[in-house]
This record gives sequence, structure tokens and C-alpha cells, in this order.
Amino acid sequence: MRKNDFDVIIVGAGPAGLAAGYVLAKEGISVAIIERGIFPGSKNVMGGIFYRSSLDDLIPDFYKEAPIERHIVEQKIWLLSGDSMFSTGIKSEKYNAEPYNCFSIFRAKFDKWFAKKVADASAMIINETVVKDLILDGDRVIGVKTDRPNGDLYCDVVIAADGVNSFLTKSLGLRKKITTNNVALALKEIIELPDKVINDRFGVSGSSEGVTIEITGPYFDKMRAIGFVYTNRNSLSLGLGVVTEDMVKLKINPNDLLEEFKSHPAIKPLINGGETKEYMAHLIPEGGYYSMPKLYSNGFMVVGDAAMLVNSIHREGANLAIESGKFAARTYIEARKIGDFSQKTLSSYQKKLEESFVLRDLKTYKNLPKLLEEKQYLISKYPKFIIDAMYEMYNVDKVSKSEKIKLIMNRAKKELGYFNILKDVFSVWRDFR
Amino acid sequence: MRIEDKLYLIGYNIDEEESHLGVSDPEECKKCLGRPCTHICPAGVYSYDDEEGKLSINYDACVECGTCRIVCSYITWRYPRGGFGVQYKFG
Repeated sequence: MRKNDFDVIIVGAGPAGLAAGYVLAKEGISVAIIERGIFPGSKNVMGGIFYRSSLDDLIPDFYKEAPIERHIVEQKIWLLSGDSMFSTGIKSEKYNAEPYNCFSIFRAKFDKWFAKKVADASAMIINETVVKDLILDGDRVIGVKTDRPNGDLYCDVVIAADGVNSFLTKSLGLRKKITTNNVALALKEIIELPDKVINDRFGVSGSSEGVTIEITGPYFDKMRAIGFVYTNRNSLSLGLGVVTEDMVKLKINPNDLLEEFKSHPAIKPLINGGETKEYMAHLIPEGGYYSMPKLYSNGFMVVGDAAMLVNSIHREGANLAIESGKFAARTYIEARKIGDFSQKTLSSYQKKLEESFVLRDLKTYKNLPKLLEEKQYLISKYPKFIIDAMYEMYNVDKVSKSEKIKLIMNRAKKELGYFNILKDVFSVWRDFR
Repeated sequence: MRIEDKLYLIGYNIDEEESHLGVSDPEECKKCLGRPCTHICPAGVYSYDDEEGKLSINYDACVECGTCRIVCSYITWRYPRGGFGVQYKFG
């Protein structure tokens, strides 16, 4: 009988793969994580906000030693039009107390640190290696083919943590071709500024306190798009994510869009005098619950972005990835006890995800991608109405407030239509109840 | 800022020997309407040369996002060989 090289092979050293590797290695299981970059994190990109709780379960108080930038004390939402901005959000001293809720991070630094912890737990991390294909015995996955000479490796189970483009999931037929509707193209710049300037501009009292701004509204007319600005210690992460279909349809050049965004009168003062240090792009799985592939097969499980586990409304991805990695690892540990790695046994991975907040949350928003596809105007028309109404109420021009309210109500009737508002409220309520 | 200047800021380990990007049927590029790859790529990898009637692919600027392969099924896309390609400092 052929001997396994490892009990488990994980493809991809992002948060999902590393979390799975950590849990397995801690149990004394022999595990290899194969990473195509020169080090874990070197090819990884996200907006930059990392929620603590999922990783804290694995490495308590990790943030005390991990390379984090700032803990987030204020989260803002901006509605943006061409010349105006309406701001809302939450700032709380509770966010300023340990253990923090979330942090701004750089993935190239953070993932490298996490990988070191996983390696210290005795997982083997194999860098600079691309997995070309799965090795099958009938319909059972028994290993991977890598681009190294004599690079075939055998195992009980392969965990695919190979990101949004997951070729492995596709090669098994677990997912269909990704459509432009299921992913957003996200762009980001790191803009360097002195920490004191950032503290002043964002109204925080120390260089460890951070602010996030999520931006939507009529500025992104006809696009399902989100902009963001996050504070790091000595820089800002600024970017955009746009559903790829809308970018194709409107023939948008992503960099032109980003440059225009940076010149908006509400954005420009934030980055003024800053120097761009890095530019990056990445696809974000936006399709939600219905775009998920089948999550397991014989000898195979799918985690993280490869499983399309992203809650785009709440900007959660890395934490869902870690959660899914943990569940996949635990499922392997159970399967090992009975010596059965068939999909019947591994299906409990899906069950664990269903019972956790991961799929509960994705289910809550399961109809959202379709709703926004049909009613894109929900994120442009209503915010526009709010911005215009606020402008009107604060603009003193000798028109009485009661007259202004009448004007605003008339505009609501004319531009939105009372019946349409009712219909939209009903459809949103129906989708989220 | 021009995209060319931004690409300067990115670290790459360029595979001088082989491109990881290609087009399976160059004839289709001639017929293609709008050529989405030429405007959607965030690294400006693709451009169309009207005189030569062919797509030119500047593969060493690729940031490996995969957008091109989603907008066009004729683009052949794989990961660069292990250790090659984009290398972010921040990410």
C-alpha cells in the first residue's frame, strides 16, 4: 500500500489554511501547507480590517504579539454624492478597551506572523510551490501534484484554501465557473502619512486608535460599489470594490475610478500630502450563500474564499475563513478516529458551518446579491434623497422649516413615489426577515 | 497617479522564461466587441494593437487577481510558477 507523505495537505497559506493547519498540528497530526508565494501573505490582499474573536479562540490574546496596526474605536458609514457627504457611525469607549473588536492589519505582515505560529506548532509550510492538480483514486482525492520535480504528495485529506480563484474546487466539479456577478474587483492603495497627521484628521487621541469609513451612495451611480478608508499606524488603506459585471458593463478602467474617488472633496483632505506606497487588486467573493460551491467530497474539503465565505455587508472574510478552517480541521480529526474520509463522514463539516454564525449570517443575507442586482437604485436613490434632504434642512435661505419639510416630502412623492417606497421597504423586509 | 507609476511600487519576482497568461484563440480577439480585458485589468496587462490586429499581454505586470479570466473565457490563466509573480510588502 502507498504510504502517505502527510495526514493532511492544505493548499494555500491564508487565514483559512493556516487556521486549519494550526488546529491539526496542535493535535499532533502531520500536516503540510503549500503556498505559492515566497512567504505566506506575500500574495494576500484584503481591505485591511481583521476581527479578533475567531483567531482569539486559537491563539488567546494574539493581538498582543501579532503585527497589528491600530485597534478600531470608530466605524463610520458615509453616503457620498458628487459634491456632498452624509456621515453616520459609532464610536465607543467599549471599542477602546481590551480585548479589542477589530484591528487594521497588513496581510503580508500578519499572515507571515500567523504562519510562523503554525510552523512552531509543527505544521510544515512549503513555500514557492504551486499545486497543479489533485491526485485521485477513483473519485477520492488522495493527494496533490505540485510544480516541483517529483512533487506528488499523498495524504488522507486535502483541504482547499486556495482562494477566490480556487482551481481545485473547480477541477472536482464542486463549483461552476465564477460569473462577473459573483465577484467584486477590489483595488487598494497604501498611502503613507505621519501618525500625528492621521490622529488629527481622524479625531483619535493616540496612534494605536483607529477609524474605519465605509462609503456608498449615489456617487457610485449604476454600480454596486463600496469605497473604504481605514487608518493604519503610519498610513491609510484606501480602496474600492465594484461588482465586476458593473465594471465591465460601464467600461470602467479601475485605476481611473480609484483616482477619481481620491479626488472627491470629502476624500481628498484625508489623504492630502500622503504618498502612495503600494497598489494592489484582488477579487472578493460577493455572491454570498447561493454562490457557495459544494464544500466537501471524498477526501476533500473547501474553506475560506475558495468556499466563497464572505459577508460583504459586514466586511467579514478573514474571520469566516478562520472559522471554516477550524471546522474542517475538527472534521478531519473526527474522521480519523473512525478511519473514514468519505464524503459521508466529511459532510459534518458543512453541518458545523451551518450551525455556526458563518452560514447563519450568510443565510441572513442570502437574497441580497439578487436584490441589489434588481434594485441597484436602493444604494443610490435613497442615499441621494437623504443627502439632499439633510442639505436642505441645514441650508438657511429664509425658507421656513415647515416649508422645507413640505418640499422634501413632495420630492419624496415625485422622485421616489410613496407606493415605490412601500414596495422597496416590503421587498427588503421580506428578504431579511 | 498613472497606473504605470503605481506598478513601479509593487514588488515582482518576474519569471523571465515563461508567461502564465495567454489567449487560447487569437482570432476571437479580432472579433471581440469592447475587449473587456483591455479596460478591466487593474494592472493594465492587456492592450490591443490595431495595426497588428493582435492582443499584447504584458504578463510581468500581472497582480494575479484573476479578473481577466472571469470576463473572458478565451484567456488562459494559471498561477505563475512557485515563488514567481507579485510580492506585496503590505497586502
